[in-house]
Amino acid sequence: MSDLRELYQEVILDHNRSPRNFRSLETANRVSEGHNPLCGDEVKVFVELDGNVITDIAFQGHGCAISKASASMMTSGVKGKTTGEAEALFEEVHRMVAGDGDTQPNADLLGRLTALAGVREFPNRVKCATLAWHTMNGALKGQKEVVFNE
Amino acid sequence: MTQMSKNGFPVERIREDFPILKQLIHGRPLVYLDSAATSQKPQSVIDAVVRYYREENANIHRGIHYLSERATADYEAARRHIARFINAPDPRETIFVRGTTEAINLVAHSYGRRFIHADDEIVISAMEHHSNIVPWQLLCEQTGAKLRVIPITDDGELIVDAYAKLLNSRTRLVSVVHVSNVLGTINPVKRLVEMAHSMHIPVLLDGAQAVPHVPVDVQDLDCDFYAFSGHKLFGPTGIGLLYGKTAWLDQMPPFQGGGDMISTVSFERTTYNSLPYKFEAGTPNIAGTIGLGAAVDYFQGVGVEAAARHEHDLLDYATEVLAAIPGVRLLGNAPEKTGCVSFLVDGVHAHDVGTILDQHGVAIRAGHHCAMPLMERYGLAATARASFAFYNTLDEINVLAEAIDEVKEVFS
Ligand SMILES: Cc1ncc(COP(=O)(O)O)c(C=O)c1O
Repeated sequence: MSDLRELYQEVILDHNRSPRNFRSLETANRVSEGHNPLCGDEVKVFVELDGNVITDIAFQGHGCAISKASASMMTSGVKGKTTGEAEALFEEVHRMVAGDGDTQPNADLLGRLTALAGVREFPNRVKCATLAWHTMNGALKGQKEVVFNE
Repeated sequence: MTQMSKNGFPVERIREDFPILKQLIHGRPLVYLDSAATSQKPQSVIDAVVRYYREENANIHRGIHYLSERATADYEAARRHIARFINAPDPRETIFVRGTTEAINLVAHSYGRRFIHADDEIVISAMEHHSNIVPWQLLCEQTGAKLRVIPITDDGELIVDAYAKLLNSRTRLVSVVHVSNVLGTINPVKRLVEMAHSMHIPVLLDGAQAVPHVPVDVQDLDCDFYAFSGHKLFGPTGIGLLYGKTAWLDQMPPFQGGGDMISTVSFERTTYNSLPYKFEAGTPNIAGTIGLGAAVDYFQGVGVEAAARHEHDLLDYATEVLAAIPGVRLLGNAPEKTGCVSFLVDGVHAHDVGTILDQHGVAIRAGHHCAMPLMERYGLAATARASFAFYNTLDEINVLAEAIDEVKEVFS
């Protein structure tokens, strides 16, 4: 059962119970909807972009604990960052949860997001952990909708 | 551990016939509660497929050599056998297809092209699988016909009065599910057919979840079309059946064109083969058909009625055990029910339930079950679903309940 405890760490459960930035954002100038047709998870990401800086970010939607916690931690993690930094962070998260790449994930860069490392042992949950990130990427690129069907 | 069900059903002996059930998953015995997605296969089905490839692989209906004759004979014997299983009056009315989805698409195409026009109406229900929704939507887009939906109650029963009101002189077809893959509801299909027939409207029944659980007699039901999938009936994937009354099939144009479905071909004119071959273009799934014949054989050996009684015990027990767990809510409380329980664990998404159960070796389905409009009817995005077959035991339901306790613990 240790894989389970590794997956459902306290940090994840906490973000699932009380997700941060879980609301709509009136001041958003970039909005994108992400949809996982396979499981029906839906997320909407609101970004307030000033130049290339993410001055505010929020999300709404429904999904499993992993997708909700990941979205919540994402919003905390990228607020105040540049779009380039946010994209780099997503790459690092993806490398960590999908287990691609030979090098260890960069824990300094990831910070609290390392709590998602347990997803690596559950390949069919990787898409849950990355849905919000794909959607944020879509928002930053000006896409209205991201259908994520891996 | 030898275990009999309450009514003496020899479930432990039957489990011996299913090699996959002996596996350990994450170090625990597999508890397979996902038979509604696809059932497991007994050794006799696996053997039949292997024997076909090892001993008689050849194309059918076209060889003059020994193997082709044998393969053709076995293929057609399987057809007669499967036709008898649903009491089809004539094997020529049983068309082999890939599965329920293809069967429904066949009718949507061929019946639709001939009989459905702008402003005609097609009646389905609120508890359909996507495969009994989307083919009709496509047809409506092409023809300008309209889709009408029979509503359901909170308990998951069709509202028959509302159905009666939907039927009118524009209704060209009723297509409803026999047993719901989410709610487990057994619909009163015989009555629905009678009501439609009183207005000369034909009826298609989606039997994907019915044939593994209830005895099906298409003559007694008097339906015009009946569709099911072999892989949910202990047979191989990629094979299924469409039963259709000759009176309709004769009037319908072919679905696909190609070999086997023709009588003569010239560049000016092609004449079609007789039933059922008119609807079986190209080399069919010969191994799958023979495998499905073996599956029906096996199922009849177990006894369809005996299996249904055992599954009834499983369903009753699962309902009782799950309903007793605080924070667990069941979806679908129709009095006539079979095959599955859909449930929700308070504050926990169905996927998280599924992942934790899997760590206990318990395989269930979590999600919208290809029935998104039904989920929307209940204001849900996803449920967990435990579905049964006759090879499941009461003990396995205890394992399910223990695993749900763990879900609650993780999320406490
Ligand atoms: C009620 C119902 N109809 C249709 C289908 C589609 O069956 P298949 O995917 O085998 O074509 C299913 C399978 O889940 C089902 O449960």
